[in-house]
Amino acid sequence: MKEVRILEIKQSVFADNDRQAELLRQELKKKKLCLLNLMSSPGSGKTTTLMRTIEALKDTYRIGVMEADIDSDVDARTISESGARVIQLHTGGMCHLDAEMTRQGLEGLDPAELDLVILENVGNLVCPAEFDTGAVKNAMILSVPEGHDKPLKYPLMFSVCDVVLVNKIDVLPYFDFDLEKCREYVHRRNPQARVIPVCAKTGEGIQEWTDWLSEQVRDWNGL
Amino acid sequence: MHELGVVFHIMDSLEKVAAENKVEGISRVVLELGEVSTVIESYLHNCWQWAAKKRELFAEAELVVETIPALTYCEGCGRSYATVEHGKICPCCHSPDTWLLQGKEFNIKEIEVY
Repeated sequence: MKEVRILEIKQSVFADNDRQAELLRQELKKKKLCLLNLMSSPGSGKTTTLMRTIEALKDTYRIGVMEADIDSDVDARTISESGARVIQLHTGGMCHLDAEMTRQGLEGLDPAELDLVILENVGNLVCPAEFDTGAVKNAMILSVPEGHDKPLKYPLMFSVCDVVLVNKIDVLPYFDFDLEKCREYVHRRNPQARVIPVCAKTGEGIQEWTDWLSEQVRDWNGL
Repeated sequence: MHELGVVFHIMDSLEKVAAENKVEGISRVVLELGEVSTVIESYLHNCWQWAAKKRELFAEAELVVETIPALTYCEGCGRSYATVEHGKICPCCHSPDTWLLQGKEFNIKEIEVY
């Protein structure tokens, strides 16, 4: 008969990842490297917004991009045309990136040569919110066609974000999207979140966003 | 939605625990799952069964999930109520000024080992 005993664990399932994420942030601080985690649902305009962002900041900072997808390198190819250094990460079917995968991706980018790395997380409003990637700041994109009620439906995502970009505001006249309601719903979940309406296609509002991002990089890197 | 991912996560964590405690095998894993966590219990069981077959340490391990009920506290009247039934608006005083007391937990409570 085997001797059976009970081991009390009493820890959150996410505790291990949270610890690794915290370690990664400490390393980033030492390396003077700012990591932004960019999340959204598929088709919200992450890649287009990223292209605009790189265009605006590439003369100020050395930028790297990590593209996380389940498969394919479509986005990485597009981004590489912007002149930023880019690496494609395949999650192999997994719906999110965790801190360890993020660390591995960073190593592949030669981070000593960079000031800012943007992680384009898997397009999904549920899982990426639950796993701290070790990023310095979290941003998400909500596009107008998705509807202003999304902060109510995906509360966790909106509660972990420092900034919410409301993208595709050029199509506002064609949708029942209420920008003020959207702000209210976001702030109900997260009073600190900054909401910035943008249109990645036309460039409207992009400067407010890149100014914000620039400030975060300066603060974090101690420039 | 990411049940398989969290199952891998739990197994990774427990493999470390097992190594630290010189454990031969795990016969039972007890999790605590909040009613409004983003994890669905039935999917969790399915994913667990699939993943356990691929890892020696968990081949014999039974998964037990204990539910933590979701409770919301109302700033308006100071009462708490069942979140799943009533949502964000307080059923007593209809105030929207409420916050979740418990129910988002997802913990590894304990394991039975040999």
